[in-house]
Amino acid sequence: MSLVLLIFLPIIAALFIPLLFKKIGQIHTGWFVLLVPAALFIYYSTLLPSIAEGGNRVSELQWIPSLDIAFIAYIDGLSLLFSLLITGIGALVVLYSIFYLDKYREQLHNFYVYLLMFMTAMLGVVQSDHLISLYLFWELTSISSFLLIGYWYTRDRSRFGALKSMMITVFGGLMMLGGFVLLGIMGNTYSIRELISQSPELVGHDFFVWALVLILLGAFTKSAQFPFYIWLPDAMEAPTPVSAYLHSATMVKAGLYLVARFTPVFAASGTWVWLVTGIGLFTMLWGSFFALKQKDLKGILAFSTVSQLGLIMSLLGVSAAGFHVENATEIALNYAGFAAIFHLINHAVFKGSLFMIAGIVDHETGTRDIRKLGGLMSLMPISFTVAMIGAFSMAGLPPFGGFLSKEMFLTGMVALTEFDLFAMDVWGIMFPVIAWIGSVFTFIYSFYFVFHTFAGKHKPDELPKPAHEAPKGMLVSPVFLAVLAVVIFFIPNIVGEWLVKPAVAAIQPFMYDSPQAVDVHVAAWHGYITPELWMTIGIFAVGGLMFWSLRKWQHLYERFPNTLNSLYDNLMFLSDTGANRFSRLYMTGFIRSYLVYMFSFLVIIVLGTFVLNDAFAIDMNNLAPVGLYEIIIMLALVGSTVTILFSKSRLTAIIALGAVGYSVALFFVIFRAPDLALTQLVIETISVALFLLAFYHLPQISRKEERMRFRFGNAVIAVGVGVTMTFVALAAHSGKALPSISEFYKETVYSEAGGGNIVNVILVDYRGFDTLFEIGVLGIAGIGIITLIKLRLTKKEGQHENK
Amino acid sequence: MKTNDVMLQTVTKVVTFIILMFAVHIFFAGHYTPGGGFVGGLLTASAIVLLMLAFGIQTVKKIVPVNYVVMTSVGLLLAIATAAASILFDVPFFTHAYDYFDLPLFGETSLHSAMLFDAGVYLVVVGVTMTIIQTIGEDE
Repeated sequence: MSLVLLIFLPIIAALFIPLLFKKIGQIHTGWFVLLVPAALFIYYSTLLPSIAEGGNRVSELQWIPSLDIAFIAYIDGLSLLFSLLITGIGALVVLYSIFYLDKYREQLHNFYVYLLMFMTAMLGVVQSDHLISLYLFWELTSISSFLLIGYWYTRDRSRFGALKSMMITVFGGLMMLGGFVLLGIMGNTYSIRELISQSPELVGHDFFVWALVLILLGAFTKSAQFPFYIWLPDAMEAPTPVSAYLHSATMVKAGLYLVARFTPVFAASGTWVWLVTGIGLFTMLWGSFFALKQKDLKGILAFSTVSQLGLIMSLLGVSAAGFHVENATEIALNYAGFAAIFHLINHAVFKGSLFMIAGIVDHETGTRDIRKLGGLMSLMPISFTVAMIGAFSMAGLPPFGGFLSKEMFLTGMVALTEFDLFAMDVWGIMFPVIAWIGSVFTFIYSFYFVFHTFAGKHKPDELPKPAHEAPKGMLVSPVFLAVLAVVIFFIPNIVGEWLVKPAVAAIQPFMYDSPQAVDVHVAAWHGYITPELWMTIGIFAVGGLMFWSLRKWQHLYERFPNTLNSLYDNLMFLSDTGANRFSRLYMTGFIRSYLVYMFSFLVIIVLGTFVLNDAFAIDMNNLAPVGLYEIIIMLALVGSTVTILFSKSRLTAIIALGAVGYSVALFFVIFRAPDLALTQLVIETISVALFLLAFYHLPQISRKEERMRFRFGNAVIAVGVGVTMTFVALAAHSGKALPSISEFYKETVYSEAGGGNIVNVILVDYRGFDTLFEIGVLGIAGIGIITLIKLRLTKKEGQHENK
Repeated sequence: MKTNDVMLQTVTKVVTFIILMFAVHIFFAGHYTPGGGFVGGLLTASAIVLLMLAFGIQTVKKIVPVNYVVMTSVGLLLAIATAAASILFDVPFFTHAYDYFDLPLFGETSLHSAMLFDAGVYLVVVGVTMTIIQTIGEDE
């Protein structure tokens, strides 16, 4: 229970943010927000010892018991690692944002509410054991990401980027929901733990591959894998703290989490191994290759994130391959799972610091365009150092954390060549080759990022602001992360013991039954003869050479077309105009057209049902005799109806319409329904009065425009509706499948409901829900009329969102 | 166009109160005899509409300075609160309670929580009807 509540702690705290912002404006709201992730981080850290021994924590909160939907917080090594990342990086990012976002100019209450909402969503994703609540949190991350990207909503690019990320990730989320439902059908449970325990039985199921592909679609869209990565570069319109937090350290890793979490379920499938490894590796190459095309600092980082996510993804694929090998722990395949998690930690550390540096450069110089930057080394020495550490760690240079995990990545890829299932013996050699090329480009763009910003010639004329070092507070978080990147290099096995191995045990339960069983030892030095060493040296040599000659060949990038983005744009454009055109086909703006649709549908559906079920029951027995009064009222009714049709003036029509209503009321009187009669009378009176009030505004009646054909169609529909309703009335009278409910009302109206008037008791008690919703609808109608009349669009012309 | 509406105005002054009294009666009587919040609300609205027809919308707005939008929302809140109150007594949503009470002046009277719900309906009906009529009537 308490763990579940902790998931919701940030979003509950978010409720107080607007209040704090309004009341205590002189203190930056971020300081209050900082408490939440910091406290959560400390709490989750206390769980580390027991989880590292292979334990787990479960707590449950029923949500919709009747549908068997619950919030189940399940914390094992994998969930805990992610929770620590979310809260830890979260705290650093909030601290950074305090100096990044101005407390007077920015809408901090919006920003921090979204951010805390995201924190809850993300914690929910990584801790949920129930698929449906996992999906709920998953979509909530998409929504909060949408809100955060669109935080500066007056900018066109922000709104575009927000929408793009939303479209793509929500598409993936829906696919994933489909996969979850299929899994739920197959395993008859929505609990991930139970699904994992049943995984051997699931493999042969017809839906298995469907579920696999659908869930991967969710993971790939979220983790920006090829070809869905296109939303991530556009998401860089968000404020930099958001990019550092959501779009590099946490949210985009939700897809990795999903793949890791479901590895025990799907590892048995060759499709899984191929798709995850293949797409991941290809994304790695693609992202690193196109990172060099970018001119925007954050653009480079976005593509580098895409590439690094692909790298981790491919490692997760390889770790699934371990399922198929008896002696997986002997050949180097066992490195893959460890490397994936280890690199995930390293990536969060160095990419977080790099994003923060990009933000600092933007903040202090006014631009992120790498062509205008240069020579900042002497002006911003601390930022430069941090950027260098981050970039070298990313490039895989010692002595930084990234070097270790990059080595293990290469080991894992080389190990795939020894793997002889799923045609890997033929194609397996491709993997280390692609990995190597991708790593070369990673090396180049890391250097490109640092040296084209901080080295070279300073161009003060092109900078919007004179450059200077960032305030100390802003540097705290990136410096801390940079120190961490160095520390990890020297204590990799402590990190491995506490964080990585428990997570690996959760990903590969088929290989290890406890974190202690993960027998991976990280060493910076593997010996002279390993292929990884030579690959690394090759990366440094070729990468260095290519970086040196970068200016000679970088312009070649301009020749690559932007196919995927224009595909998305065209798709959006087509669906937008297509939907518009389709709507305009039938939305003519004339009420009479809509009435035609409604009545024709009524006739078709009801008469169709009659014909299909052969329900034309006409039983003329037990009909009451028709008396003189009924005939008179009937004649009045028909007479006034005909008058409406042929009246030349609107006034006559309105009065005749009133006459129709009053005649119906008289029918109610004769049939002894006083409640109905009373209501009908008053309604008629009021609507006639309303007509008289609105009379002034109505246009003149003109009937010339209506051609003969049009009126003929109307006649057909009118007669059709009349005939249909007559059949319904006759059939309802003739065929009584069930005894009338009125007896039940008569018996219980006093004993159960304590009333005497059945009609009214039905309204307020028996069917109170109907009434409740009806008055709700009435209220909405009232609001609708106010908006239509008082807040007309014409009054607000000229206003636009863009400032 | 200036019309002589002395007769209408004189009659309205009396009839409005009769209608309003009748509306109140019908509202309270609803649970046992014909009537209820819906009809009561409509009757009240019709009384106000009659005033509007006789004296004009602006005059009536001064005499009855009620914000009908607020009235609608109060009614909706009252209705949903009555329905939801049963949750506090650990019975399903919308369970009504009723009993007989000895009240001064009225003698033994049946009091029913459905009446509160009906009062919500009454307020919504008056509020929405008047909102619609006022908005359309005032529009130029």
